[in-house]
Amino acid sequence: MGDLPPYPPLDPTTYDLIIVGTGVSESILAAAASSSGSSVLHLDPNPFYGSHFASLSLPDLTTFLHSNSLPPPPPPPPPPSHDPSDFLSVDLVNRSLYSSVEITTFESSILDDERYSRRFNVDLCGPRVLFCADESINLMLKSGSNNYVEFKSVDASFVGGDSSGELRSVPDSRAAIFRDKSLGLQEKNLLMKFFKVVQAHLAAASSTEIDETAVTITDEDMESPFVEFLAKMCLPPKIKSIILYGIAMLDYDQDNAETCGNLLKTKEGVARLALYITSIGRFSNALGALIYPIYGQGEIPQAFCRRAAVKGCIYVLRMPITALLLDKETGDYKGVRLATGQEIFSQKLILDPCITVGLESMSSLTDQQKETVRVLVPKAISSKERVARGICIIRSSVKADVSNALVVYPPKSLFPEQLAAIRVLQLGSGLAVCPADMHVLYLSTVCDNDDQGKAALLSAMSTLIKPQVPENLQSESVVENDPAEAKPTVLWRALYVQELVKGEFGGSISSASSPDGNLNYNEIVKSAVELYEQLIGGEELFKEEKTPEEENDAGAENED
Amino acid sequence: MHGRPRKVYKPEEEAASAAKAAKLRALQSQFMSYHHNKIYTKEAVDLSTKLLEINPEAYTAWNYRKLAVEDKLSRIESDPDLVKTILDEELSVVESALKQNFKSYGAWHHRKWVLSKGHSSIGNELRLLDKFQKLDTRNFHAWNYRRFVVELTNRSEQDELQYTDVMIGSDFSNYSAWHNRSVLLSSLLARKVDGFLPNKKIPDEYNLVHDAIFTDEDDQSGWFYHLWLLDQTVNVETPLLTSSWPSHGSCINLSAGCLNDSFSEPGSFPLIIYFNQAVGGVSSSTVTVDTELKGNEDLVWEPVSKKNSQVSCVWVARLKYMSSEPCFRKEYKVKVRIGDSPGIVSSRGCNFSAPYEFIFTAHVHDTLEESQGGIVSWTDGFDIWDAESKDLNSLVNLDQSNAQLDSKWRQEAIAEEIDLFRELPDSKIGKLTLARLLMAKAMISDAAVKGVHYNEILDLYKDLMVLDSSHYQYYKDEHSVALLRKVTSSTEDLSGRLFRYRNMNNSVCLRLNNLSLSRIASVEKLLFVQMLDLSHNELHSTEGLEAMQLLSCLNLSHNRIRSFSALDSLRHLNQLRVLNVSHNHIGEHSVDTTRYLCSSPLSNSECTRDEVGRQMPSLVTKYWDAYFVLRDLNLKQLDITGNAIAGDEFRSFVLQVVPKLVWIDGKKLES
Repeated sequence: MGDLPPYPPLDPTTYDLIIVGTGVSESILAAAASSSGSSVLHLDPNPFYGSHFASLSLPDLTTFLHSNSLPPPPPPPPPPSHDPSDFLSVDLVNRSLYSSVEITTFESSILDDERYSRRFNVDLCGPRVLFCADESINLMLKSGSNNYVEFKSVDASFVGGDSSGELRSVPDSRAAIFRDKSLGLQEKNLLMKFFKVVQAHLAAASSTEIDETAVTITDEDMESPFVEFLAKMCLPPKIKSIILYGIAMLDYDQDNAETCGNLLKTKEGVARLALYITSIGRFSNALGALIYPIYGQGEIPQAFCRRAAVKGCIYVLRMPITALLLDKETGDYKGVRLATGQEIFSQKLILDPCITVGLESMSSLTDQQKETVRVLVPKAISSKERVARGICIIRSSVKADVSNALVVYPPKSLFPEQLAAIRVLQLGSGLAVCPADMHVLYLSTVCDNDDQGKAALLSAMSTLIKPQVPENLQSESVVENDPAEAKPTVLWRALYVQELVKGEFGGSISSASSPDGNLNYNEIVKSAVELYEQLIGGEELFKEEKTPEEENDAGAENED
Repeated sequence: MHGRPRKVYKPEEEAASAAKAAKLRALQSQFMSYHHNKIYTKEAVDLSTKLLEINPEAYTAWNYRKLAVEDKLSRIESDPDLVKTILDEELSVVESALKQNFKSYGAWHHRKWVLSKGHSSIGNELRLLDKFQKLDTRNFHAWNYRRFVVELTNRSEQDELQYTDVMIGSDFSNYSAWHNRSVLLSSLLARKVDGFLPNKKIPDEYNLVHDAIFTDEDDQSGWFYHLWLLDQTVNVETPLLTSSWPSHGSCINLSAGCLNDSFSEPGSFPLIIYFNQAVGGVSSSTVTVDTELKGNEDLVWEPVSKKNSQVSCVWVARLKYMSSEPCFRKEYKVKVRIGDSPGIVSSRGCNFSAPYEFIFTAHVHDTLEESQGGIVSWTDGFDIWDAESKDLNSLVNLDQSNAQLDSKWRQEAIAEEIDLFRELPDSKIGKLTLARLLMAKAMISDAAVKGVHYNEILDLYKDLMVLDSSHYQYYKDEHSVALLRKVTSSTEDLSGRLFRYRNMNNSVCLRLNNLSLSRIASVEKLLFVQMLDLSHNELHSTEGLEAMQLLSCLNLSHNRIRSFSALDSLRHLNQLRVLNVSHNHIGEHSVDTTRYLCSSPLSNSECTRDEVGRQMPSLVTKYWDAYFVLRDLNLKQLDITGNAIAGDEFRSFVLQVVPKLVWIDGKKLES
């Protein structure tokens, strides 16, 4: 990034808010702040929108992962100041978010061939989908940013890893339970009864009238572990596992309180089911609960950015910042220095999660100055939790007749030591993420360390796709008619482990969240909304968007 | 569409709707004037288009368009392009009308009419239907129209069946789709299309509907389909003989004494045949009776059913046994063959295809039995009938229907269903289905296994009466049916209820009193009964008793008969002499529902003579229902006391209608 094109100096030079990084949280904040009338400058050091949430071509993705995993390059020498600065300048450095990056090309044509290489839109933060009823959708509708994205349904979801090796479809609706061939009649009956109890509970909870006859879940049950409640509903283990990992999308083994750091309570479980249930049928043209943006997840932050731009936010890409400017006297935050050397000032600053203060600068700071930059100080990561991600470009599909599908391997389903659920999302060319005859497979699992996470992902990959040797080792004698090999072949693969960083409010300087280990954006959106409230006060997000005209526009959402 | 709450209109909306109505009225009157003057100009037709766009329910406008189309078609020289233009125009008007109102009968009908003009756009119709059926999957108009189009296009029923698969798969509450499935399957099964043999296909269908029922037992669509399947499993299309009197191998005693009037026509006795479903075409050519008894060459077979109906389950002929030269102490063999020549056809059009023969012996005695002039008491003069159970067996023996059934797969299917529904946790419909299945099992299994489940069935219906009181009467009726089947299925049970009545030539008396019966059933097994005691039950009607042609005494006291109309079926019992309807509710209810439904046929006329010219008694308009029943009965003894209707006035009316009456309410009448 050293070779920056010459930029004209920015004008104006003072803003209410400077945001660095165009991830989902940052973009939501930019759109929200612009909508509420703040002047916002939104910068991104990368030449694309989305930061860690971007969708990229294969070469760009490779470059991005490598450049964000190597030890940060030494900070460029501070450009000569034209006039001696009035401010104390604190150098900023990039912390790497990714580790153990491993990219393998099995078929080089995928990168060489012009027909392919630029036709990929591969997500950095995959596997990720949106639930039709989740907070990110609500926020998009509220802000009007839905006008810039189109979605398609994820056609099916499966739970894998049972003894038969078959992928079982998740019976997530009445019709799906009816059609399911693998459930017994009693199981269908119990599962539907369970859904009905949950639905009745939700209906009673949302109704203003108190219906004495309504069957609700007792308070005692709501506080008990969700697994116990499922057992109380007489659900057999395989259905329990479908509900826990295929619908509630939990990570850790709920039957094992030791390895599961966070045993889910019934009320949380019911809330997760509620999200799923209300997602089904929210949009008449969506097939199920899950939808995915055409052209990739990078469209989501971009849509918020566009909304922000409409509301007056100024955008500059390819623009790193090199230093913070603090008041020499008080140590208060004043502004940032851009890579061009220009100094820009603002009341408040929000930074991408991988920007931190350089260690050598830290030593020279006073306590008060340290307090100002508190959220940027690299600290021992409080949670050791990481998320291992994998991307495979495959030929043909992991499941015949299905293009876009989610597959979940519950804990311990693939191998006894499997700590957490592994989620796999396959997407096809219908979503404009890859060429026509291919699919993109995203995998993720939360893990304690890199090796554990990657081992889990490799295990899931080996059950779904044909083992592949790098191209140069391939021989002509590969036997194609192995009966098990209706499986797709892998053309390209990336494996990496990502650190989880939560956004933090720090007064004038705050930091945004990195992608989390979840399947949707709920947690990220929640933390962005919290951050907004802390920054701007009690003012409601996008409140002026709720005019009737805009509501009508919202109806155009999700046209597929 | 379903489940949409009615909207309450705001004042401004009401104003808008009033304005719309005014506009519509103007349009309508202009249209009517065109219509009346038979003006079919473009302007006039366009007006009707406009009217229909606003109000697709304006059926006059649809009719007008039909006239206009006929008019246009008559003017052009059958130029196919012009015809197509005219008809296409109609189709597009219908389509926009349907967009306005999906359920417009007039619009759908108009579309059918256009297509029947031989329009070739039929291929588009299914596409249009797919669109409509996606919007409202259960719309029966669309499904009806679909069947119409499918018939026109000769689209295969298998393809249509597949379509119901898809529709049911996306929402198994779609009753219309299930219904269409049953229609298609009925046809495929009846035609024995390859892959649609009942013994294979019906079990598959059971599996499909299990998924629906077990997924959501509160949804009724699946249950309806299950009931249809059960019907397909139990019922056979071809009519079969269930029973007869006299039965095969039995021996009946007839008295040569001509004074005995226990049979209404002296010197003859009824021959009763009972089918499993209503049939027509029973005659001396389809039923041959081979006997030495003279004068029976051209037997007249009569259906025992409502007036004018030529189909019935029960057919009766009267066999003569007294010729001009009396032959004493003689045994006659009578051989009856049914169905030798075709002609007996069920109301659904299926032929009685399994000829059946039965033989019995008639003994004619010369003993001159005294006519029993005494009052029939229901308490004294009865002996326990120590009949050998084999005699009884021969009396109630009926084996025809089961032997004909290809019953193996049916029995297996029912047995599987029973096992399955025993598993379904208690729900009302689950219990009811189990009870129906057990009953079906009893009906189609061999005599040896009968009786095993009757107590379970009875318990299920008892539970249901408590659980679901709003359908109490239905469960009560079904309980009665099961109870009567139980009683009649075992000779042990039955023989305990059979008696001989000394005072009347040892007539066979069956006592079914105090069983809280609300409905009569299993009559086919009771054809031999001459005296029937149904007192202290909960009967509302005598329906079913008409088959018991030998019945001469009937005790219905202490039941819930509300009117004489409810006794209508007794009019078929030529031999009925003694009737006890005391302590019922006749005349109690001023607004009698039965009476309300068939208001007096006499109320609007001043005529005082009946159809054969007899003078009608006074008070006939007041007691017309009693009149219609009693005038056809040759009662000697009637007990009516304990009913609201009873009284001097009614008594005098009865005496006019039934001149032969000897005993009324236990008192002998002065002749």
